[in-house]
Amino acid sequence: MHSDEASVQKSIRTYLMVGAALFVFTGITVAVNQVHLAVPLAITVALIIALTKGSMVAGVFMHLSHERQWIYGSLILAVIGFLLVIFLPLLTVGNTIGTSIHPPAHAATEHAR
Amino acid sequence: MNIPYVVEERPDSGLTNGKLGTWLFLASEVMLFGALFSTYIILRVGSVEWPHGELNVWLGMANTFILIGSSVTMVMAWASLKLHDFGKHRMYLAITLVLSGLFLVNKYFEYADHFAKGEGPAHSTFLAIYFTLTGLHGIHIIGGMVVMAYFLGPGARLWKKNPEQFTNRIENTGLYWHFVDLVWIFLFPVLYLL
Repeated sequence: MHSDEASVQKSIRTYLMVGAALFVFTGITVAVNQVHLAVPLAITVALIIALTKGSMVAGVFMHLSHERQWIYGSLILAVIGFLLVIFLPLLTVGNTIGTSIHPPAHAATEHAR
Repeated sequence: MNIPYVVEERPDSGLTNGKLGTWLFLASEVMLFGALFSTYIILRVGSVEWPHGELNVWLGMANTFILIGSSVTMVMAWASLKLHDFGKHRMYLAITLVLSGLFLVNKYFEYADHFAKGEGPAHSTFLAIYFTLTGLHGIHIIGGMVVMAYFLGPGARLWKKNPEQFTNRIENTGLYWHFVDLVWIFLFPVLYLL
């Protein structure tokens, strides 16, 4: 058998195992949700499992675990862009330009009554 | 004129043009969905209360299993071509197409249930972002189905003319399809569970 074909045969076993692991992790995600954990813990657990599953799909199915530098380069750019679009809107939340530091005078007098 | 580097790799990048192009497209997709996930976070953090349990978790879970299954069959379709087994490739690609159709059928039932109760996108902030995110994801599913149907139909002729180029095309289709699966892996817990 050609060496390329032998490596594909070997990879097929990995694909099936990763597929099975993804099914199990999905089951765990739903099971954890049924336990009704505290909200911060539930969010942390669900996102850790989702990140694990995502890494498995990207690393094994998309062959990112052994790709060329150009692909990593384009993905680093995408991650920077992703972080920008995630955090840029937060600046609007922190924007206080044009907002008075002290409460308006009428509000203060109403409060005094 | 022939398009260069469809089979052989470019000496500078070590990649075929199609593969590099697919990855650059996926990089832009990361930012598209990133912007919408960002919108979701802003809306959720800014809201006084957020609905919980409005969506059918079991249908969402079934769709997750379906998409993961389709990712496995998609990668098997590509691996079959690498092993020069065109018959198995067609079988796996057809299963992937059927599974993606099944995903949309489930989504139809979910959407129909919401609309029957008068819960359209304008009903609440949660449903607005839910329909936007899942609607955009659904459009990506349809796009993938069109490409798969093409490679099951007229596009399959390329296998006889240039099997390596056909294999590369299926690999690129697979990259796109795994990305669609990847997005759903994050959408499911964010929308259905949290």
